[in-house]
Amino acid sequence: MKRLPVIQSVPQAIERVTRDNRDGSPWFARVFRLTTTRIVTQAAFFGLFMFLLWVTWFSRLEGYPASLFLELDPLVTLATAISTHTVYRWLWRSLWILVPTLVLGRVFCGWMCPYGSLHQFMGWLFNIRRNKDNIQVNAYRPIFAFKYYLLVVMLVLSAFGALQIGLLDPICLLTRSVATAIQPAFDAALPDALAGLASSPGAPHPRVFSGAWFIGFLLIGLVGMNLVIPRFFCRVLCPLGALLGTLSRFALVRIDRDLTKCTDCNLCMRHCEGASDPQEALRKSECFVCFNCIDDCPEDALAFRLAPVPMHQQILGSIQEGTAQLFGRRVISKLPETVLAAPDVPRRRWLFAGLAGVLAYPFLRYSKAVNAKSYSAKAIRPPGSVAEPEFLERCIKCDQCINVCPTNVLQPSTLAEGGLEGLWTPVMDFRTGFCQLNCTLCSEVCPTGAIQKIDLARKLGKEPHAEAGPIRLGTAFFDRGRCLPWAMETPCVVCEEVCPTSPKAIGTYEQPITRWDGKQVVLQQPYMRPELCIGCGICEHECPVQDQPAVYVTAIGESRSKDRTLLLGSREAQSSKT
Amino acid sequence: MSTERRRGRREPEPSEPSAQDRLDREAHQRIERRALLKGALGVGGACAAAGWLSLAPAHWPLSLRDPDGELGKPKPKIWSLPAGGFVVPDAPSVADLGVAHGSQLRDMLRAALDALGGIARFIQRGDVVVIKPNVAFERPAALGATTNPEVLTALIELVREAGAKEIRVADNPIESPESCFARSGIRAAAEAAGARVYLPNPSSFALLGTPGATWIERWPFFWAPFEGANKVIGVSPIKDHNLCRASMTTKNWYGLLGGRRNQFHQDIHGIIADLALMLRPTFVVLDATRVLFRSGPTGGSLGDVKPGHTVVVSRDSLAADAYGWDQLLERQGEALPAYFEKSAARKLGQPDWRKLTLREVQVG
Repeated sequence: MKRLPVIQSVPQAIERVTRDNRDGSPWFARVFRLTTTRIVTQAAFFGLFMFLLWVTWFSRLEGYPASLFLELDPLVTLATAISTHTVYRWLWRSLWILVPTLVLGRVFCGWMCPYGSLHQFMGWLFNIRRNKDNIQVNAYRPIFAFKYYLLVVMLVLSAFGALQIGLLDPICLLTRSVATAIQPAFDAALPDALAGLASSPGAPHPRVFSGAWFIGFLLIGLVGMNLVIPRFFCRVLCPLGALLGTLSRFALVRIDRDLTKCTDCNLCMRHCEGASDPQEALRKSECFVCFNCIDDCPEDALAFRLAPVPMHQQILGSIQEGTAQLFGRRVISKLPETVLAAPDVPRRRWLFAGLAGVLAYPFLRYSKAVNAKSYSAKAIRPPGSVAEPEFLERCIKCDQCINVCPTNVLQPSTLAEGGLEGLWTPVMDFRTGFCQLNCTLCSEVCPTGAIQKIDLARKLGKEPHAEAGPIRLGTAFFDRGRCLPWAMETPCVVCEEVCPTSPKAIGTYEQPITRWDGKQVVLQQPYMRPELCIGCGICEHECPVQDQPAVYVTAIGESRSKDRTLLLGSREAQSSKT
Repeated sequence: MSTERRRGRREPEPSEPSAQDRLDREAHQRIERRALLKGALGVGGACAAAGWLSLAPAHWPLSLRDPDGELGKPKPKIWSLPAGGFVVPDAPSVADLGVAHGSQLRDMLRAALDALGGIARFIQRGDVVVIKPNVAFERPAALGATTNPEVLTALIELVREAGAKEIRVADNPIESPESCFARSGIRAAAEAAGARVYLPNPSSFALLGTPGATWIERWPFFWAPFEGANKVIGVSPIKDHNLCRASMTTKNWYGLLGGRRNQFHQDIHGIIADLALMLRPTFVVLDATRVLFRSGPTGGSLGDVKPGHTVVVSRDSLAADAYGWDQLLERQGEALPAYFEKSAARKLGQPDWRKLTLREVQVG
């Protein structure tokens, strides 16, 4: 029995690529072509993307634009502009993608997007279909319009101040998946000799992330869908692709089919990445400009042309009777339409999607966890974060802050802390880490200003920010029922020792006692000085009552919001008086 | 093959098999028999092997038998530091404590060491030296919570001049190691002076046995820098500490341990006495260029630090610490913290520094 190939054989592929042409010309005459350039470009962008995530670490960051790809993402800029009416810091860089899209179409999807390249590569590697099946599987299906509905829902939500693009935006999704799922796996697999190449060298422990299993399986699942439908994510789900697809109707250049050469053989569909139907009316909104169709066309009927005119009106005679002529040449193709510019979505469906978005907002916001009435005590945001409603307008769940955090304190929020609206936004878990006093790296890499760029003086409340005081993330509380000196006649006060403020926010009462066994000990029993506590959580992290610490931080008292203060005389209350 | 055979059986049998058919069938059956025997041998062998692995008595070769579950438990390897520590032999007619005041760190350190007989007494050509600064917190050096990088530089240069082959600088900080080593200036100073910096990672720890210790008889130890090392120098700042009163050269060894260090505070004095037992250094340097006199051991404000202009060198960390307590933290008159007495009871040093010979030098 003949065994089916499981994956493409690499030596065979190399042999096929380096075989001389039939007409005797050397192999590289075939290799030096646009599709090869595209593959090299894709590899370069993918490499750059991974490199930038890899340098997103204390000892490597230097001046690298670590969040470049997120800043290049037009959907991030558009959605945050809708939700905040501003364009933060480097987000104007997305013009570098927007402008080429208006000229060339979805080149981003076919040439630059690292997630798209990952899908394309995996789809190629595990493609065991015969030509006939390839042609079939690359035909357009109505479900491919689903991404446009998703885009509309997400943009409507943005207008309400609930930014949800990060759930499915490919750059956010891949950044998050690499940061929280791939990198820990990579580090674990790295032999000791190469430990310097790890994604987090010098981390105090192998990094762990809440819900990494789900983020990781989602990545495997979405990449695995390429085996069923090539570029499933790009064709069906990608909201960025939908945005670029909508814009690409204005593209000046597109794939054009020469009706006098095309024999309707459908071979152009064999490797069509976008399922854009180059064999009939090209769906401009779906085309990734990958140029595979041009390569595959045996008749040389396809070309990438500047502003081509739809030809079907110029045809003289009848196609059915075979008398059709185009500028004096016989029309061979039976399909006279050559372009379908706009996404294939009827107006009523746009409207339905918009209504769905309008309804989704109250569903999200009036669930527990994200509104002012019932925020989670454990939704402790990184230093520099804007107040919660504005935070939800800005955070794209890309998890770059989580990637750069040197202590692993930042974690993707689970449904418990953030509901669906806050899912995967950064929160602090002081059992895995603590907010290091002299560190502002998360504010450095945040592309959207959910964590505003702050300097150390701002974080610590030193001049010129002495008036404003230090940034408080929350307040620490003692659980005297679990604290060793309070409840168990045992000396401890690790919390006091590590408290980094000066003067310390944790004080101690000296308490001479006679222990149960008759021994005399002087216990130092810790207490909080709430005016001094900045909520950094190192006390909770170092508390020996590890599983449920006897000192713990909750979000109350955080300085970013005026309505979550704790003390009567707190700075926010004072400043609102003046 | 088997599907073909099954399909063959379903076909009607020819009533009169020819001679050739019979021969074919015989050949076929012979092959069948051979395959059967092979299969039977294979399955029997696999069963026998499985039986051996699971049922043979535990001490027989290849047996996996573990009747009470003891064999399956992990057996950690226990490492130990050289018996007698990294101590160099006694030398007559030199001081036990070298104290140098001034501002020229290199000269001060050299003068303080000269009081003890010179660096050559401690470091010989070809030595592999571990230097343990205190880099516990991510603080600029000026805040006094970490070892002064300039003292470290001077120390590395002296050790290098004495002929050391390799100098390693290592600590396991409380806060994230990379940032602590960077912010404190220790990494830059060590690397500029030609030392190799060891940052802790999970694989750099091994279980260390310290016979006679109360609490840390077996404890995860930052082993990687000690692989092949034959001299150890501690260089620690002098800091106030609420729980153990003062953190100096003896408590400095805390930074060589891993594991659940946050339990140590339940008997901090006992732990420090254990640390003194665990590591007997070649010598220690008490870096009192800055004195963190309150809000220790973290500090955080320049107001918590006063200039000390002093380095103290000794083979006896208790003596150096006691001198620091009296003269530099200026707690003379207050009783020494309990860990001094506990360590002295183990004959690990002399907390009554006045009984020792001390040579004090003013440099520059």
